[in-house]
Amino acid sequence: MTSTTAIRGGTVIDSAGSRRADVVVGSDGSIIEVGADLKADSSIDATGCVVTPGLVDLHVHLREPGREEAETIETGARGAALGGFTAILAMPNTTPAVDTAAMVNEIRHLGRGTACDVHTSGAITVGRRGEALSPMAEMVRAGVRVFTDDGTGVQDPQLMRTALEYAGSLTHLSGGRAIVLAQHCEVSALSGGGFMHEGSWSSSLGIPGQPAEAEELMVMRDIALSKLTGVRVHFQHMSTAGSVEMIRAAKAAGLPVTAEATTHHFTLTDESCNTYDPVFKVHPPLRTDLDVAAVKEGLADGTIDAIATDHAPHTPEDKELTFAEAPPGMLGLETAFALANSELDLPIEVILALMSWRPAAIAGLDPAHGGPIVAGGAANITVIDPEIRWTISGAAMASRSNNTPYEGRTVRGRVRHTILAGRPVVVDGEALL
Amino acid sequence: MNAPIRNLLSIADLDRAAIEQILELTESFAEVGERSIPKVPALRGKTIAWLFYEDSTRTRLSFETAAKRLSADTMNFSVGTSSVKKGESLRDTVNTIEAMGIDGVVVRHGDAGAPHRIAEWVDAAVVNAGDGWNQHPTQSLLDLYTARSRLGDLDGRHLVVVGDIKHSRVARSNVMAFTEMGARVTLVAPRTLLPADLDQWPVGVTHDLDSVIESADICYLLRMQLERQEQAYVPTLREFHTEWGLDTRRSAMLPDHALIMHPGPMNRGVEIDGLVADQPNSVMTQQVTNGVAVRMAVLYVLLGSGLDLVDQRLAVA
Repeated sequence: MTSTTAIRGGTVIDSAGSRRADVVVGSDGSIIEVGADLKADSSIDATGCVVTPGLVDLHVHLREPGREEAETIETGARGAALGGFTAILAMPNTTPAVDTAAMVNEIRHLGRGTACDVHTSGAITVGRRGEALSPMAEMVRAGVRVFTDDGTGVQDPQLMRTALEYAGSLTHLSGGRAIVLAQHCEVSALSGGGFMHEGSWSSSLGIPGQPAEAEELMVMRDIALSKLTGVRVHFQHMSTAGSVEMIRAAKAAGLPVTAEATTHHFTLTDESCNTYDPVFKVHPPLRTDLDVAAVKEGLADGTIDAIATDHAPHTPEDKELTFAEAPPGMLGLETAFALANSELDLPIEVILALMSWRPAAIAGLDPAHGGPIVAGGAANITVIDPEIRWTISGAAMASRSNNTPYEGRTVRGRVRHTILAGRPVVVDGEALL
Repeated sequence: MNAPIRNLLSIADLDRAAIEQILELTESFAEVGERSIPKVPALRGKTIAWLFYEDSTRTRLSFETAAKRLSADTMNFSVGTSSVKKGESLRDTVNTIEAMGIDGVVVRHGDAGAPHRIAEWVDAAVVNAGDGWNQHPTQSLLDLYTARSRLGDLDGRHLVVVGDIKHSRVARSNVMAFTEMGARVTLVAPRTLLPADLDQWPVGVTHDLDSVIESADICYLLRMQLERQEQAYVPTLREFHTEWGLDTRRSAMLPDHALIMHPGPMNRGVEIDGLVADQPNSVMTQQVTNGVAVRMAVLYVLLGSGLDLVDQRLAVA
């Protein structure tokens, strides 16, 4: 017997536009009705809130298997739900790496019954070592639509070309949906040994830096390879003005490229590293004011398609080291919407597009995620209060780690309810799963 | 009332007045070093731990001598190269040491900012004895003291720093220290040995040593890290010596009063000719001698009771 829940009093915003409506969802996972004065078994209040297709994060590190003391799929999914995400795409840099169908199935199995729809990407190369192609076809058969060696870029251009051509030959296994190769753009020979952005801050702090060009050279190369092969390339965590400009030009030339930017790359700069606290260490590194401005412009004009978190939990002891010793990465799932809403001078419709339907389309998750809120649609829905102010605290997060670089920052906008497959998983800011 | 200075992490922690006072104090401690029994009870009952993640026999011996002359108790916490390799976080290591009841920690680490991190976690005074490419404040204080004792006031003097500036904590702290004291600084190196983006630095930069050597009051040579040669910042050490080494020809171009300084250990025949190193205007031995007195002054300021440092800045947390 399907039970129904009404989301009352909110403003629905989806890819079709904005309107006042109540939404009734069923526990069978579908949207039953959209309209006024609808009947349901129970109801949740959305007065003053925005009702939107659930947010989708193209870039999370869930640490399981391998580093369960930093995060598990269950705790990461809970944090995602609290952040308004109904679908997340896990990166394959676990231990072992996700480079076989067996590992893909294991992640999916661990994600079942959690507060979020957990998808995984697959590694482009075996063990993410950049030497030999991983068995992509078996992973596509197991449901993978995005491949990446994230944490490192595929250094060898011939191997990357082969990966693109091979992936482009597998769409008969994916129901015709595009297979995307997502690249962590970093030429290691140029970035090697650099722990922050190379510039006036790295010079005065005495921290070895990596130049923007270490990212930009690989962006340039993969735009060329996308042109050569005609296969889609998704550029992960674009952080420099030069990268944004090249992607803008590639799109203008009609090449099949997409790009994401992380919240931290439009809210923080390399100046943050001046305390030597590695909570500000991340790859690609925090850049300059000019880069932040370029990323914001890219988000505003559509050059960058999606906001991702690159949620990267690390235990306190892993960050209680020197800047050089500590691993890179910061939390993002529970703060992403609020930061975008507070720091980007964009209409909420645009922010939601960047965080829901556009990333959903890139990862092949639409229309189950990011699809329009209409009767018969999938009931993956987030209710957001866009005006409420709150103060970020790592200790208050669902993540097993607390490495947020935003400790104590006051932001505007918070997820109130999250509905996954027709069932509330977050109600009034409290996770039920 | 200004808050007392708690740590010495960077030359940026000190303004000119604070530097002047440390140098004055150094003068009185230098006098202690000349006594038949060179020891004062100033830090009796205080315990100082050496936390050297990077080998540095000379800096440690200098601090050790300074501490002994002040009658402090010292202990060496042998940490090898990296806390990570031991599977212990830096914080756990320093908390362990502090739990033993210590008043000061002198830290040498291969990574920039390690002493800054430690200072956030412990109540004991933290002295930076060199962190990565970042800072070596006691080296700069002893360099200032040595230069002043030979040249007098440093206002308007020209410091020429030559060699591997990119990887040098001595260069970074000396640029701050000498400019704070009113000197003009020129950095001389090929681009490969200079930090990126020097726009914000209060320095002149040239690749041509001959173009500035005649105007130098101090020619400060940096150690060429021979092990870095694998990364080929210069084609060969011979070529580096030819273009940027202080050889006898260039040494003769220096003004008569000019000093030649080097933080040690020297590579004779690379950054400096052996003959030049042994000239009377080469003051490396005085630098080492003064190092002990400067470190006595620093330890006394941080751990002792009595010095009223006016206008000093608080250590950056």
